Amino acid sequence: MLRMPKFKVLNPATVAEAVDAIQQVEGSRFIAGGTDINPNLKHRLLEPECLVALNGVEEIFGISQTEFGLRIGAMESLTNVETNTLIQQLAPGLASASRQVSGPQLRNMGTIGGNVMLDTRCKWYNQTYFWRKSLGFCLKKDGDVCHVIKGGSKCVAAASNDTAAALSTLQAELEFANAQGSTRIAIDKLWQADGIWNKKVGPHDLLVAIHLPAALLNQKGSYKKLRDRNSIDFPLLGIAARLKISDNIVDDCALCVVALQARPWPLDKASALLIGTTVGSDAFNEALKACCAIAAKQCRPMPNIPGDHAYRHAMVPVFIRRAILSCLD
Amino acid sequence: MAARDKHGPDAPWGDGFKVIGKPNRKVDALAKATGEAIYTDDISLPNMLHSKTLRSPHAHAKILSIDTSKAEALEGVYAVLVGSELPIKYGVIPWTPDENVLATDKVRFIGDEVAAVAAIDEDTAIEACELIEVEYELLETIVTAEQALVTPEPPIHDDRKKRNNISKHVELEFGDVDAQVDDADLVVENDYYFHSTTHTAIEPHCAVATFGNDGRLTLWSSTQITHYVHRALSRVLEMDPAKIRVIQPNVGGGFGGKSDPFALEFITAMLSKKSGRPVKMLWTREEVFYAHRGRHSMQMHYRTTAKSDGTITSVDAKLLIDGGAYSSFGLVTTYYSGQLLTGPYAFPNYRFDSTRVFTNRPPCGPKRGHGSVQPRFAFEVQLDEVATKLDIDPIEIRRKNFLGENTTTINGQRITSNGFLECLDAVEEASDWKSKHRKMRYGTGIGVAGSMYISGTNYPVYPNKMPQAGVQLKVDRSGLVTVFTGGNDIGQGSNSMVAYCVAEEMGINPDSIKVVAADTDLCPVDLGAYSSRVTFMVGNAAIDAARKMRNKIVEAVAEHWKVEKESVRIIDGTVYNLDNDEETLSQREAFHVTEEKFDTLGSTGSYNTPTLGGDYRGGTIGSSPAYSFTSHVAEVDIDTETGEIEVKKIWVAHDCGRALNPILVKGQIEGSTYMGAAEVSLENYEMNRFSLHAGPSLLDYRIPTTLDTAEIEALIVESIDPEGPYGAKEAGEGPLHSAIPAVANAIYDAVGIRLRELPFTPAKVLAALKEKDEVTADA
Ligand SMILES: Cc1cc2nc3c(=O)[nH]c(=O)nc-3n(C[C@H](O)[C@H](O)[C@H](O)COP(=O)(O)OP(=O)(O)OC[C@H]3O[C@@H](n4cnc5c(N)ncnc54)[C@H](O)[C@@H]3O)c2cc1C
Ligand code: SF4
Repeated sequence: MLRMPKFKVLNPATVAEAVDAIQQVEGSRFIAGGTDINPNLKHRLLEPECLVALNGVEEIFGISQTEFGLRIGAMESLTNVETNTLIQQLAPGLASASRQVSGPQLRNMGTIGGNVMLDTRCKWYNQTYFWRKSLGFCLKKDGDVCHVIKGGSKCVAAASNDTAAALSTLQAELEFANAQGSTRIAIDKLWQADGIWNKKVGPHDLLVAIHLPAALLNQKGSYKKLRDRNSIDFPLLGIAARLKISDNIVDDCALCVVALQARPWPLDKASALLIGTTVGSDAFNEALKACCAIAAKQCRPMPNIPGDHAYRHAMVPVFIRRAILSCLD
Repeated sequence: MAARDKHGPDAPWGDGFKVIGKPNRKVDALAKATGEAIYTDDISLPNMLHSKTLRSPHAHAKILSIDTSKAEALEGVYAVLVGSELPIKYGVIPWTPDENVLATDKVRFIGDEVAAVAAIDEDTAIEACELIEVEYELLETIVTAEQALVTPEPPIHDDRKKRNNISKHVELEFGDVDAQVDDADLVVENDYYFHSTTHTAIEPHCAVATFGNDGRLTLWSSTQITHYVHRALSRVLEMDPAKIRVIQPNVGGGFGGKSDPFALEFITAMLSKKSGRPVKMLWTREEVFYAHRGRHSMQMHYRTTAKSDGTITSVDAKLLIDGGAYSSFGLVTTYYSGQLLTGPYAFPNYRFDSTRVFTNRPPCGPKRGHGSVQPRFAFEVQLDEVATKLDIDPIEIRRKNFLGENTTTINGQRITSNGFLECLDAVEEASDWKSKHRKMRYGTGIGVAGSMYISGTNYPVYPNKMPQAGVQLKVDRSGLVTVFTGGNDIGQGSNSMVAYCVAEEMGINPDSIKVVAADTDLCPVDLGAYSSRVTFMVGNAAIDAARKMRNKIVEAVAEHWKVEKESVRIIDGTVYNLDNDEETLSQREAFHVTEEKFDTLGSTGSYNTPTLGGDYRGGTIGSSPAYSFTSHVAEVDIDTETGEIEVKKIWVAHDCGRALNPILVKGQIEGSTYMGAAEVSLENYEMNRFSLHAGPSLLDYRIPTTLDTAEIEALIVESIDPEGPYGAKEAGEGPLHSAIPAVANAIYDAVGIRLRELPFTPAKVLAALKEKDEVTADA
């Protein structure tokens, strides 16, 4: 078995204690379900002296309807999110994405907060210390070259969090807390195109809850995931769709893709084409074709994660269409 | 010698089987289900140290120097070991010893072992390994098999007589192959490729060694061949084998991946000797990937000639086999790649030309269906193409070319029982073949393939005339029968099989038998769990020993009751007098009566193969006392937009001779089929451009989950082999082979594309579909 490095664990009981605890030792990290950070620790991708465990912080649990819409505590497990009737009804795309994360045991442990905050992934990076050392490491950790883009100076490790795509289509707002207080950030504003750290908040910002605005709830939603196996595997391509349909007309549409590059990517140009068309009409079918074509142009998978990137590219229009059509089922 | 006696396939007491053929519980089922079973890593001895290996980060390099001083100085380090301390080379095949425990002069792949440390705990051992300084001089890396073929310099093994990178070359021709081409009604010729895959047994390799003050070594190891480990230890450590004890605890799967002697077995032994403490080494999953010994990738060229009625007139094969950095079983692999194809169909003329080369990647070796899964794939796809071109039903063409039973193959293999036709009948009926083949909607299809495999071979790895399998029985006054066998139970159930055979033969209940296995101090030699030899050989040896003991008991009881021996019958542990209903003895009483007459009770039994094989160099490699036969039918559904292949259902019929326990046989048939089907499009032992394994973890190496496996219907065909234990043959490897070509042939039926290069990724499916559309459009 790979050995765990040694670290201290702090167990705060409140958000205030948690944001205080994380500052006590430089380089500390939060641990929620541990399903991402534990393997990463074993691979020596992180070497924190201290972990702040969140499973005792009651405030960041719970799924409830609020004035704003729907509040999902960051510590809720993916299993809870996937099986929660409110989420199934009001945010079917999120339930679908949660259901497709890894496998059942990992969804029991893994949290939605941890999924949002997931580290980016790369086939040259998510490997053991020995493995990475054999090829001289890479930019993201311990090295100074990129094995994906020759001569590249920027890390392009892929955002691989399935639920991020669905949360983007729902325009989720993320509530963070730190020593300065609390802030809310629209999910699309969270990301930056840097595979080393793809978020604009830092590792010491505590994700407290995810808020879904009421206006976008109770619409159609789906998530389509390309992967080699029907369980366990991270996405090779992930596409979330949300559709608002009234009187058979597409009132609103949102699409977002993950597992391409460092940040999840909303496909606004593509989704806009469908708005205003009548489902099933020629105009809708034409718009759908154009939407898939634009998306295929915009999305250029790189050889950053396993699998044939040309094939991943070929699947973009197929998965866009399937994601949209499955909203209509 | 009793070993060569035919026991006959019939029930020993003449009134039907009592234990054999019944779905009995495995002898270790409860211990495994409750977690009570002890595996090597469960063993912990007082003062035990933990050890770790420093591995090469280079694919091919000379070692200029190794400095271990800093590691030795680290607190908690008890011993450090480098290659020069154990310079004697070893290898499972005695003709090709090319492995060192730790590199002496050079490293040959990324992950090759360089030095080892024993320390108070694993963390300290890892830290110490990092402190070892190794100076390397990089050499050109031999990446591909083609490169190895044409690049003699630098030779990966430069101490061999021949300065080249060819590990083994075999060329054999039977009949006149080229002469058939002109007369043939049809010639089909193509290239095929089978990629490398690995075993992924759930238990990683582990060893614990302790050197006693009396100079005796005990090694517990997760091996599937205690005997060869025993021999290799004696050779490399230059020790009297009588002072070495090798014990195999429960093993969490082998599939061929634990059939070589491995460095950790020698390392723990030496580190224990140096430190004076017991030493354990447990590999990480990554290290298991580097140890590999998995399926060789093969580039294969096949040409089949046939008459218009479908009769095969010749088969010609040329194979290039990527062996990786060491020989392992490679000599045998190279022979098997040609020798095992000559059934279940008659080949009137056959030639193969197989070359195994060395490359700078982890060594390949035997994986379930050793050496013959790859050629079987290529040939069965080609045979399907012959059928299509001649417009013959693929099942019919297989019947048409049936080899027959009690015959000899073109390359001189003796065939006894052969239930292949029954296998074809069974899958044809179960799958409703006739109403499906060429009749299903576009995108769905059905395909068939057949195969045969050995039940052990008469090539005992190292030449000797002693039995291949031995069993010893101890009959106790308590009523317990203890069976000592060198056979390695690696989860397949061989200990259970031994108990069933002894129970049946003696007329007692399997519960009153204890099996002690795979402990070289206690058990008679068996050559190990490989080549599907255990049931056939150990089963026969067990029957041999039990029959001798039964004869003694019957004789003693007959004398005691003053009746004829024919009147004594043991049923379920009670001895009956057939002449007198009133008179019975319990098993225990009968044992007492027998011991009074014969003194302390024990018996031995053994098995050796009859003389087999063709009269030419290599003619005994692949010659088996009995062959199993299999046929698979697969049904697939192809997503023509994504190229994804869904195998909906597989029907598999396997001729195992007699099913000693039908549940265990079905388990083996299903397990083999799953494993084979997973090699079609999921599993791929892939190297990246740095000659480093692309993703040595269970996340990146895609073994199927329950959601990725087809429904399987396992059908047992019993041909009752005249020489097998109660008629049994193998069931552990044969039923893997034809799963793969059956899926390939089903894909052709579904969408009309012939895929010849594994793995069949969705991208390849899409490319082939596109090509087909272009051809159709052009036409
Ligand atoms: C075999 C395997 C397969 C997987 N497959 C998938 C997959 O298909 N799709 C997928 O998306 N994921 C997958 N995962 C990753 C992981 O299981 C999920 O992403 C999960 O949701 C992570 O949640 P967690 O609670 O376990 O996170 P943790 O591992 O506890 O944390 C992950 C990261 O988020 C940070 N973090 C956690 N909670 C907070 C918080 N509240 N505020 C601020 N920072 C926080 C941690 O510091 C850490 O950096 C897989 C993991 C494994 C081991
Ligand atoms: S994208 Fe480049 S820098 Fe980033 S993790 Fe992969 S190899 Fe390293």
